[in-house]
Amino acid sequence: MADATAPLGSPGRPLRVAIVGAGPTGFYAADHLFGQPDLAVEIDMFDRLPTPFGLVRGGVAPDHQKIKTVTAIFDRIAAHPGFRFFGHVELGSDLGVEDLRAHYHQVFYATGAQTDRRMGIPGEDLKGSHPATEFVAWYNGHLDYRDREFDLSVERVAIVGVGNVAIDVARILCRTPEELATTDIADHALAALRRSRIREVYLLGRRGPAQAAFTNPEIAELGELAGADIVVHPDEAKLDDLTHAALEQTPDRATAKKIEILQSYAERQPSGKPRILIVRFLVSPVELRGDDAGKVVAIRLVRNELYATPAGTLQPRATDQYEDLPVGLVFRSVGYHGTPLPGVPFNDSWGVILNENGRVLDPETHQPRLGEYTGGWIKRGPSGVMGTNKPDALETVECMMEDLEAGRTLAPEAEDAEAAEQTIRQRQPLYFSYEDWRKLNELEVARGQAVGRPRVKFTRIDDMLAALGRVQPDSELAGASAG
Amino acid sequence: MNITSILTKKGTAVFTARPEQTLRDALSLLAQHNIGALVVVDEAGRPVGILSERDIVREAARNEELFGKTVGAIMTRELTLGGPQDDLNSVANVMTARRIRHLPVVDGDRLIGIISIGDVMKAQRDEFQGEVDTLQIQLLKDPADPIRPR
Ligand SMILES: Cc1cc2nc3c(=O)[nH]c(=O)nc-3n(C[C@H](O)[C@H](O)[C@H](O)COP(=O)(O)OP(=O)(O)OC[C@H]3O[C@@H](n4cnc5c(N)ncnc54)[C@H](O)[C@@H]3O)c2cc1C
Ligand SMILES: NC(=O)c1ccc[n+]([C@@H]2O[C@H](COP(=O)([O-])OP(=O)(O)OC[C@H]3O[C@@H](n4cnc5c(N)ncnc54)[C@H](OP(=O)(O)O)[C@@H]3O)[C@@H](O)[C@H]2O)c1
Repeated sequence: MADATAPLGSPGRPLRVAIVGAGPTGFYAADHLFGQPDLAVEIDMFDRLPTPFGLVRGGVAPDHQKIKTVTAIFDRIAAHPGFRFFGHVELGSDLGVEDLRAHYHQVFYATGAQTDRRMGIPGEDLKGSHPATEFVAWYNGHLDYRDREFDLSVERVAIVGVGNVAIDVARILCRTPEELATTDIADHALAALRRSRIREVYLLGRRGPAQAAFTNPEIAELGELAGADIVVHPDEAKLDDLTHAALEQTPDRATAKKIEILQSYAERQPSGKPRILIVRFLVSPVELRGDDAGKVVAIRLVRNELYATPAGTLQPRATDQYEDLPVGLVFRSVGYHGTPLPGVPFNDSWGVILNENGRVLDPETHQPRLGEYTGGWIKRGPSGVMGTNKPDALETVECMMEDLEAGRTLAPEAEDAEAAEQTIRQRQPLYFSYEDWRKLNELEVARGQAVGRPRVKFTRIDDMLAALGRVQPDSELAGASAG
Repeated sequence: MNITSILTKKGTAVFTARPEQTLRDALSLLAQHNIGALVVVDEAGRPVGILSERDIVREAARNEELFGKTVGAIMTRELTLGGPQDDLNSVANVMTARRIRHLPVVDGDRLIGIISIGDVMKAQRDEFQGEVDTLQIQLLKDPADPIRPR
């Protein structure tokens, strides 16, 4: 029981913080909070999924295991005695903001970007046109997407966008089954990709090679694929005058390297590998064409030229030259987009929680809302690698500490951990603890070891419950929320 | 990274002044909101200039009666405007080359924000720091990487 007379944040009366979202941002925020000198803090972390780690589990490509070792750092954070995890508890359906206000002094929203941006062109919703976000979630075994279907019996695929996510999607489509079988790709995806008849994969960039969003290691890796030859058209790899001038004026090593890699691809001859991966530049999709059954058969592209904005950025502008690319499958990889949390102020056009340096703002007064904070992709938008969320979370935690110092915190009716757990258990009796996760993790890794893979993921909640020996109770309460 | 990634965490309020307002009004706005510049807008809300601390200091150095002057009389009229999709690298280059400290951001005709060179530098520093941290994570431990063994 907390001692109501002790100063908030002292051992007698720890600061109680709820972190919503167990992705990298949530863990970095927890780490910054636990690292505050002279602060006693208790953290409850929630995730709508039974498993922690957000996009580290559900986004990062299965053939990029090394970056996933970041979870070892998260495990250490979770081992702090003041830390509890409540998986399979969703803010909005299982708990509301008012519940959090009733139990915590500060609330930190780190829910990431849950959906995709659209291209806004005709035909976008034809059969065979999908957001890359869903394909990524599917091959990574995200519970909500495991039953999606993608028609991999077609020969040609277009991926719109040339960010690192587009590269991930292209690489997974081009990997051989043998390569995939050594990763932790979801079993259902492995089975489907084994049967893939895809031969040509197009990556479509709307600007030139120098402006491509992908990073150098990622594009370099595409040149080393065992099962696919990379193709770049020499005329598209050439630098236009504006880019040339900009690079003369302000040389930039990373961009120079990027151009060098792409130009080296333009000089290559295909070596006869089973698939080809064609990286295109200066083209924008204007329409998806369908057949009578409403299925994609082609993507219409317009050729772009570049112009300089007043602030110096080279942006694409359509010319009057069009081409039709016959494809049976289209993935749009033009960025993620955040979704609002019920009761939390939101900026719809940017897809972020309305905030100033992480303090959630009231939409009317533009003043900070007491005790509510945000970080990561739902704060600044869907860009940046794992580590970018660390300084981002720190910026927010600094605001939290400043506000605590000034006495600006929520005043929960029930200040103890026990009471919070009671409420959570009542709302979601099937919640998953960190201990549950540790067991699931061991089981997944063991299943993987048996077949020479890093892990074999559970992709259904019932399987997780069964594996933990937690049989689903028959009560209607539990049944309704087990989805 | 583009300008949007800065605007997303700056709230939505942009502090503006009209050209016919007095400098006294403008100064109290700057002080009240603890900011370094005001975007000067016309009746339609379109940016027509910018009034920065620099403009005021320059005027104060030569004019004792500056408080009564209008914003329009001393603001900087040559405006460089940014758009939400502008890349931060090119923005940083342009701001440094033209010695611009504050860049109003418009979406078409509509003023949607203002960013400072400090904002741009911080975003770039955080991005760089994040990339270094991410590389470190990858070097930290060397688990069995199935495809790219070291
Ligand atoms: C496909 C893909 C691949 C990537 N690969 C790499 C890579 O190789 N290397 C790298 O450094 N970076 C990579 N990134 C970037 C990195 O994943 C992100 O920077 C990072 O995950 C963002 O962290 P976050 O915590 O803000 O969001 P997320 O990781 O998305 O975490 C948000 C969490 O909140 C939970 N949540 C959402 N809504 C609710 C709710 N209502 N209630 C409770 N919980 C909720 C979600 O289930 C999720 O677990 C990749 C990103 C993507 C999309
Ligand atoms: N291995 C890794 O380290 C890794 C892997 C995956 C993701 N990530 C990170 O996660 C973040 C998100 O990645 P992301 O790929 O989703 O986003 P991103 O890097 O922002 O890339 C989006 C791509 O879509 C293009 N695009 C946007 N709108 C378009 C339109 N209407 N038509 C055509 N093209 C359009 C963009 O082109 P413009 O540039 O012209 O706007 C860009 O090429 C990034 O920071 C990324 O680095 C990292």
